[in-house]
Amino acid sequence: MADKEKMTIIVFSGEMDKALAAFNLAIGGATSGMEVTMFFTFWGLNVIKKNEGGIESKGIMRKMLNFMNRGGAKRLPLSKFHMLGMGDWMMKKLMKDVNFPHVEELMAVAKEFGVKFVACTTSMGIMGISKDAFIPEVDSFAGVATYLADAKESKINLFV
Amino acid sequence: MKADETLDCVGLYCPMPIVHTARKMKELKTGQVLEILSDDEGIKEDMPNWCKATGNECLVIQEEKGVYRAFVKKSG
Repeated sequence: MADKEKMTIIVFSGEMDKALAAFNLAIGGATSGMEVTMFFTFWGLNVIKKNEGGIESKGIMRKMLNFMNRGGAKRLPLSKFHMLGMGDWMMKKLMKDVNFPHVEELMAVAKEFGVKFVACTTSMGIMGISKDAFIPEVDSFAGVATYLADAKESKINLFV
Repeated sequence: MKADETLDCVGLYCPMPIVHTARKMKELKTGQVLEILSDDEGIKEDMPNWCKATGNECLVIQEEKGVYRAFVKKSG
Protein backbone atom coordinates (compact mmCIF):
# COMPACT_ATOMS: atom_id res chain seq x y z
CA MET A 1 0.00 0.00 0.00
CA ALA A 2 1.14 3.53 -0.73
CA ASP A 3 2.07 5.93 2.07
CA LYS A 4 -0.84 7.01 4.17
CA GLU A 5 -2.47 10.34 3.40
CA LYS A 6 -1.70 12.98 5.98
CA MET A 7 -3.62 15.66 7.82
CA THR A 8 -2.56 18.31 10.31
CA ILE A 9 -4.57 20.43 12.71
CA ILE A 10 -3.19 23.42 14.59
CA VAL A 11 -5.07 23.79 17.84
CA PHE A 12 -4.51 27.40 18.84
CA SER A 13 -7.65 27.78 20.95
CA GLY A 14 -8.18 26.54 24.47
CA GLU A 15 -11.96 26.37 24.46
CA MET A 16 -14.16 23.34 24.82
CA ASP A 17 -16.25 23.84 21.68
CA LYS A 18 -13.20 24.42 19.51
CA ALA A 19 -11.38 21.45 21.02
CA LEU A 20 -14.41 19.28 20.29
CA ALA A 21 -14.37 20.38 16.66
CA ALA A 22 -10.63 19.75 16.38
CA PHE A 23 -10.84 16.25 17.86
CA ASN A 24 -13.90 15.42 15.78
CA LEU A 25 -11.97 16.31 12.63
CA ALA A 26 -8.87 14.44 13.78
CA ILE A 27 -10.91 11.33 14.53
CA GLY A 28 -12.65 11.58 11.16
CA GLY A 29 -9.29 11.65 9.43
CA ALA A 30 -7.74 8.91 11.53
CA THR A 31 -10.69 6.54 11.19
CA SER A 32 -10.55 7.11 7.43
CA GLY A 33 -7.00 5.83 7.39
CA MET A 34 -5.15 9.15 7.46
CA GLU A 35 -2.09 9.91 9.56
CA VAL A 36 -3.19 12.83 11.68
CA THR A 37 -1.01 15.20 13.70
CA MET A 38 -2.40 17.83 16.05
CA PHE A 39 -0.13 20.75 16.96
CA PHE A 40 -1.16 22.41 20.19
CA THR A 41 0.03 25.98 20.52
CA PHE A 42 -0.68 29.02 22.68
CA TRP A 43 -4.10 28.71 24.38
CA GLY A 44 -4.40 25.32 22.72
CA LEU A 45 -1.82 24.00 25.18
CA ASN A 46 -4.60 24.11 27.78
CA VAL A 47 -6.28 21.20 26.02
CA ILE A 48 -3.37 18.85 26.70
CA LYS A 49 -2.47 19.99 30.21
CA LYS A 50 -2.94 17.52 33.06
CA ASN A 51 -6.17 18.03 34.96
CA GLU A 52 -4.56 17.38 38.33
CA GLY A 53 -1.92 19.25 40.26
CA GLY A 54 -0.57 22.76 39.87
CA ILE A 55 1.44 24.21 37.02
CA GLU A 56 4.97 24.96 38.18
CA SER A 57 6.58 28.08 36.74
CA LYS A 58 9.10 30.73 37.62
CA GLY A 59 8.51 34.42 38.23
CA ILE A 60 5.44 36.19 39.55
CA MET A 61 3.91 37.00 36.15
CA ARG A 62 4.17 33.45 34.85
CA LYS A 63 2.91 32.09 38.13
CA MET A 64 -0.10 34.39 37.87
CA LEU A 65 -0.70 33.49 34.24
CA ASN A 66 -0.60 29.78 34.96
CA PHE A 67 -2.86 30.21 37.95
CA MET A 68 -5.48 32.08 35.93
CA ASN A 69 -4.94 30.03 32.79
CA ARG A 70 -4.84 26.62 34.49
CA GLY A 71 -6.20 24.56 31.59
CA GLY A 72 -6.79 20.81 31.45
CA ALA A 73 -9.35 19.09 29.24
CA LYS A 74 -11.90 19.08 32.07
CA ARG A 75 -11.69 22.83 32.61
CA LEU A 76 -12.02 24.25 29.11
CA PRO A 77 -14.60 27.05 28.88
CA LEU A 78 -16.99 27.62 26.00
CA SER A 79 -15.98 30.29 23.47
CA LYS A 80 -19.50 31.72 23.69
CA PHE A 81 -22.05 31.76 26.52
CA HIS A 82 -19.46 30.89 29.12
CA MET A 83 -21.52 32.88 31.67
CA LEU A 84 -19.10 32.31 34.57
CA GLY A 85 -19.22 28.59 33.98
CA MET A 86 -22.97 28.17 33.76
CA GLY A 87 -22.87 27.90 29.98
CA ASP A 88 -20.20 25.20 30.20
CA TRP A 89 -22.27 23.23 32.66
CA MET A 90 -25.33 23.52 30.42
CA MET A 91 -23.44 22.49 27.30
CA LYS A 92 -21.95 19.47 29.09
CA LYS A 93 -25.45 18.52 30.20
CA LEU A 94 -26.84 18.86 26.66
CA MET A 95 -24.00 16.75 25.32
CA LYS A 96 -24.56 14.10 27.98
CA ASP A 97 -28.28 14.01 27.14
CA VAL A 98 -27.46 12.89 23.60
CA ASN A 99 -24.52 10.66 24.63
CA PHE A 100 -21.98 12.97 23.03
CA PRO A 101 -18.50 12.38 24.47
CA HIS A 102 -16.56 15.15 26.18
CA VAL A 103 -13.19 16.45 25.17
CA GLU A 104 -11.33 13.87 27.26
CA GLU A 105 -13.22 10.95 25.73
CA LEU A 106 -12.72 12.23 22.18
CA MET A 107 -9.05 12.69 22.99
CA ALA A 108 -8.86 9.03 24.00
CA VAL A 109 -10.57 7.96 20.76
CA ALA A 110 -8.13 10.09 18.76
CA LYS A 111 -5.23 8.34 20.51
CA GLU A 112 -6.79 4.92 19.90
CA PHE A 113 -6.67 5.64 16.16
CA GLY A 114 -3.09 6.88 16.31
CA VAL A 115 -3.47 10.67 16.21
CA LYS A 116 -0.17 12.30 17.18
CA PHE A 117 -0.06 15.17 19.67
CA VAL A 118 2.71 17.77 19.42
CA ALA A 119 3.14 20.61 21.90
CA CYS A 120 4.67 23.91 20.78
CA THR A 121 7.86 24.66 22.70
CA THR A 122 7.79 28.39 21.94
CA SER A 123 4.45 28.86 23.66
CA MET A 124 5.70 26.72 26.52
CA GLY A 125 8.73 28.99 26.86
CA ILE A 126 6.74 32.22 26.78
CA MET A 127 4.20 31.01 29.29
CA GLY A 128 6.75 29.19 31.41
CA ILE A 129 5.13 25.77 31.18
CA SER A 130 7.34 22.68 31.55
CA LYS A 131 6.85 19.27 29.95
CA ASP A 132 5.61 17.91 33.29
CA ALA A 133 2.47 20.01 32.95
CA PHE A 134 1.23 17.91 30.03
CA ILE A 135 -0.58 14.61 29.77
CA PRO A 136 1.60 11.60 28.86
CA GLU A 137 -0.29 11.23 25.55
CA VAL A 138 1.76 14.10 24.10
CA ASP A 139 4.13 12.47 21.58
CA SER A 140 6.61 15.26 21.07
CA PHE A 141 7.61 18.85 21.72
CA ALA A 142 8.56 20.89 18.68
CA GLY A 143 8.30 24.10 16.70
CA VAL A 144 7.29 25.60 13.39
CA ALA A 145 9.75 23.68 11.20
CA THR A 146 8.31 20.40 12.39
CA TYR A 147 4.78 21.60 11.76
CA LEU A 148 5.64 22.82 8.27
CA ALA A 149 7.45 19.60 7.38
CA ASP A 150 4.27 17.72 8.23
CA ALA A 151 1.93 20.27 6.66
CA LYS A 152 3.81 20.20 3.35
CA GLU A 153 3.11 16.51 3.00
CA SER A 154 -0.49 16.81 4.10
CA LYS A 155 -3.59 17.16 1.99
CA ILE A 156 -5.58 18.73 4.77
CA ASN A 157 -4.21 21.42 7.10
CA LEU A 158 -6.56 23.12 9.52
CA PHE A 159 -6.28 25.86 12.11
CA VAL A 160 -8.71 25.82 15.01
CA MET B 1 -30.12 -7.84 3.18
CA LYS B 2 -28.21 -10.18 5.45
CA ALA B 3 -25.29 -8.99 7.54
CA ASP B 4 -22.61 -10.93 9.38
CA GLU B 5 -22.66 -8.50 12.29
CA THR B 6 -24.84 -5.63 13.45
CA LEU B 7 -23.74 -2.46 15.20
CA ASP B 8 -26.32 -0.40 17.06
CA CYS B 9 -25.36 3.26 16.99
CA VAL B 10 -28.84 4.66 17.63
CA GLY B 11 -28.59 7.73 19.83
CA LEU B 12 -25.01 8.52 18.85
CA TYR B 13 -23.81 11.49 16.84
CA CYS B 14 -20.92 12.02 14.49
CA PRO B 15 -18.14 10.97 14.77
CA MET B 16 -19.15 8.08 17.05
CA PRO B 17 -21.00 5.87 14.49
CA ILE B 18 -17.93 6.10 12.27
CA VAL B 19 -15.63 5.36 15.24
CA HIS B 20 -17.62 2.24 16.14
CA THR B 21 -17.73 1.18 12.50
CA ALA B 22 -13.97 1.62 12.12
CA ARG B 23 -13.36 -0.44 15.27
CA LYS B 24 -15.71 -3.22 14.18
CA MET B 25 -14.34 -3.39 10.65
CA LYS B 26 -10.93 -4.29 12.08
CA GLU B 27 -12.47 -7.48 13.50
CA LEU B 28 -14.29 -8.52 10.32
CA LYS B 29 -12.84 -10.57 7.49
CA THR B 30 -12.74 -9.38 3.90
CA GLY B 31 -16.09 -9.93 2.22
CA GLN B 32 -18.09 -9.88 5.45
CA VAL B 33 -20.96 -7.41 5.76
CA LEU B 34 -21.55 -5.09 8.72
CA GLU B 35 -24.94 -3.55 9.36
CA ILE B 36 -24.88 -0.20 11.14
CA LEU B 37 -28.01 1.24 12.74
CA SER B 38 -28.07 4.98 13.27
CA ASP B 39 -30.63 7.73 13.79
CA ASP B 40 -28.16 10.49 12.93
CA GLU B 41 -29.24 11.64 9.49
CA GLY B 42 -25.65 12.57 8.68
CA ILE B 43 -24.90 8.88 8.33
CA LYS B 44 -26.60 8.90 4.88
CA GLU B 45 -23.74 10.99 3.51
CA ASP B 46 -21.03 10.02 5.97
CA MET B 47 -21.06 6.26 5.55
CA PRO B 48 -20.62 6.27 1.74
CA ASN B 49 -17.85 8.87 2.09
CA TRP B 50 -16.11 6.94 4.86
CA CYS B 51 -16.28 3.80 2.71
CA LYS B 52 -14.83 5.69 -0.24
CA ALA B 53 -11.94 6.91 1.92
CA THR B 54 -11.22 3.51 3.41
CA GLY B 55 -11.81 1.36 0.33
CA ASN B 56 -14.79 -0.47 1.76
CA GLU B 57 -18.08 -0.87 -0.05
CA CYS B 58 -21.29 0.81 1.10
CA LEU B 59 -23.87 -1.58 -0.34
CA VAL B 60 -27.09 0.16 0.59
CA ILE B 61 -28.62 2.47 3.17
CA GLN B 62 -32.24 1.85 4.10
CA GLU B 63 -34.43 4.14 6.17
CA GLU B 64 -37.27 3.12 8.39
CA LYS B 65 -39.02 5.38 10.90
CA GLY B 66 -36.03 7.66 11.35
CA VAL B 67 -33.50 4.84 11.73
CA TYR B 68 -30.95 4.27 8.99
CA ARG B 69 -29.52 0.85 8.26
CA ALA B 70 -26.24 0.98 6.39
CA PHE B 71 -24.73 -2.20 5.00
CA VAL B 72 -20.99 -2.07 4.55
CA LYS B 73 -18.90 -4.80 2.98
CA LYS B 74 -15.30 -5.12 4.09
CA SER B 75 -13.04 -4.95 1.06
CA GLY B 76 -9.34 -5.21 0.42
